[in-house]
Amino acid sequence: MNVHIHKLEKIWLTFGIAMLIVFLVVLGVATFSMGMAPPSHSHAIDPEQIENTPPFDEPGLKQVGENEYEAVMIAYTFGYKPNDLTVPVGATVHFKVTSPDVVHGFAIPNTNVNMMIVPGEVNHITYTFDEAGEYLVLCNEYCGGGHEFMRTVITVQ
Amino acid sequence: MEHPVDRRDSRLVLSHIIFAYIAMLLGGIAGLLQGLVRGGMIELPAGIGYYQLLTAHGVLMALVFTTFFIIGFLYSTAVKTLGGKLLPVARNLGWLGFIHMAFGTLLATVMILLNKATVLYTFYAPMQASPFFYVALVFIVVGSWMSGFGLFYQYKVWRREHKGKLSPLLAFMAIVTMLLWQIATIGVALEVLLQLIPWSFGWVETVNVMLSRTLFWYFGHPLVYFWLLPAYMCWYVMIPKIIGGKIFSDALARLSFILFLLFSIPVGFHHQLMEPGISPFWKYLQVVLTFMVVIPSLMTAFSLFATFEISGREKGGRGLFGWWKLLPWKDVRFFAPFVGMLVFIPAGAGGLINASNQMNAVVHNTLWVTGHFHLTVATSVALTFFGITYWLVPAMSGRTLTARMNKLGIIQTILWAIGMFFMSGSMHTVGLFGSPRRTAYTTYGDHPDAVLWMPYHVAMAIGGTILFIAVLLMIYNLFALMRTPQGYTEYPIAEVTEHAESTPPLLERWGVWISLVVVLILLAYTVPVMEMLQHDVPGSKGFVTW
Amino acid sequence: MAEPVIKRDNSEAAKSTEQTTEKSTLKGTFVSVMILGGFLLLSWLLVFMLFLSRQ
Repeated sequence: MNVHIHKLEKIWLTFGIAMLIVFLVVLGVATFSMGMAPPSHSHAIDPEQIENTPPFDEPGLKQVGENEYEAVMIAYTFGYKPNDLTVPVGATVHFKVTSPDVVHGFAIPNTNVNMMIVPGEVNHITYTFDEAGEYLVLCNEYCGGGHEFMRTVITVQ
Repeated sequence: MEHPVDRRDSRLVLSHIIFAYIAMLLGGIAGLLQGLVRGGMIELPAGIGYYQLLTAHGVLMALVFTTFFIIGFLYSTAVKTLGGKLLPVARNLGWLGFIHMAFGTLLATVMILLNKATVLYTFYAPMQASPFFYVALVFIVVGSWMSGFGLFYQYKVWRREHKGKLSPLLAFMAIVTMLLWQIATIGVALEVLLQLIPWSFGWVETVNVMLSRTLFWYFGHPLVYFWLLPAYMCWYVMIPKIIGGKIFSDALARLSFILFLLFSIPVGFHHQLMEPGISPFWKYLQVVLTFMVVIPSLMTAFSLFATFEISGREKGGRGLFGWWKLLPWKDVRFFAPFVGMLVFIPAGAGGLINASNQMNAVVHNTLWVTGHFHLTVATSVALTFFGITYWLVPAMSGRTLTARMNKLGIIQTILWAIGMFFMSGSMHTVGLFGSPRRTAYTTYGDHPDAVLWMPYHVAMAIGGTILFIAVLLMIYNLFALMRTPQGYTEYPIAEVTEHAESTPPLLERWGVWISLVVVLILLAYTVPVMEMLQHDVPGSKGFVTW
Repeated sequence: MAEPVIKRDNSEAAKSTEQTTEKSTLKGTFVSVMILGGFLLLSWLLVFMLFLSRQ
């Protein structure tokens, strides 16, 4: 197919496409060689049996290393279990979250912690709490009448 | 001199347009209330919930206003460029489609008002609405298919009677738009017919949630191009006529539409980037395909500016930018769509950011996303549709576009832009600070992060109020356009510049392009969907959480 | 037949060439789209930097 394109349009499209390619390369490198992939864990779990399925039969914080923790949590209508996490400053926390009911969000404002919690699945995300404070965790995926109340706070001290 | 439009055809077109605006008015009332609630200014009376209003707002604005306006507009292009009037088969299919879609809209609205479908316009499982809500959606989608068949039929007959000739550009674009819609709606049809309806009626106990979401977003992304392409039709074909210029390139315009057909469908995962159950590889692949769909928009930007520059220079514009001044700023038929074009710049920039793989974490499910689509569909597309309305309604009904209506149109456009600037601007900003979308008034227990959001929510309410006034003005304008003096209003269709190269007939070999779309869809979806189907877990039962 | 003699008024020719160049240039378009591209680039970079700063 032969479509004549004006010289200036060719330059414009070359610049535009080059810019898109640069973006894609940056994003690709970050995803595949710098461990900055989007939260994409996959783990089948029966949403009706999570109370009986490890590790969700014992939700909570478990230390797994030097200032490193695993936070096993359940997102449900309308809250998070456990609801009172406290970690030391500088703690690296590996969140593992599932839902027994509908789809929820798990998001900490002003951070990159932002993932979807889908019943039947478990999602993972890791965050290092460099600064002390009270971190709001909220549900940002509409889940019903109490959606705007669904939250917890992680205390970092 | 053109012959007047057959009354039967104009009645079909105008019915769609009027129905669309009624939906917009109702959706606008919902939106106003939502903004005032989130801004902490009012509390809703008992009997109506925030999330009910939100569901109504989404369905009426994003599904009903858009679909009805678009189909009405596309039928008008068929009338004007495919033979001067609709063939009886096409017209009958048009009415059949209208009746089905209207019935579906009414049924859906009733279910929403009865609080049996407070699931938002994305109706994500395993929240379970009344089965009749899903049935209503079937009526809307199947109705739109009937309307599409009417357009395809009219086009097919024209092609048969003009063998070897290139189809009129406007008709070609209309066919691409409806073809895109047909292919895209297969996903949501499968989700609703094979999953949600049996499940909500109780014939099956569980539903595969990841599969349902994937089928929805297979549809949900091309949906936005179904909205955008008719606006592009106006920008490519009607605006040049309105400014006294010509179409920059017929071939490139058609090529851009084919690129939209190819790359707007196999990209649904960029709405699912934060979800489990889809590997980073497939997410990234669909991100790459998404970036490809940016290219036809880059082409369109060049074509449009080129049209402006050529016509401006011909009128005597000098210097690098002198031609800008010679555009018909006081003509609402140009001004409203132009503001739409201008806003598409930040709109597109936001879209690029949203689709950027892990960067999506910054904005996912925040008000930034809401700000984004209020720029894209609710400004670029909506203002273009408003701009079209000012000549479409009088052209179809044998009336004039008076100076008074033109003036009111300019005012309406400016009001809309001001309201949207405050509302969407605040949404983008507060979204970066983490304020969630689709959430009623809350301060999360007076948490300092959330308290910081409140001034922005107030600005959103103010912007939303200005927008609502602009909605009312547009409804008035529509009403008034149907009462102007009888006369002739041009249906503006531009010619191509003499210097444009000829259009390769390959662009109209539908078999080639449809096959390519199918290949791309299979490439992008087969493996990840197979993985979802093999997911070894019982699905989810239904939940009514409102 | 004698060869037709074409007389050229050079100043007219120069002016009409200039007018044709002015009429057919797309330089303004090019600069406009490049500004658009710059906006896309800048906004993307700003959010990318925000993302990195929150990592």
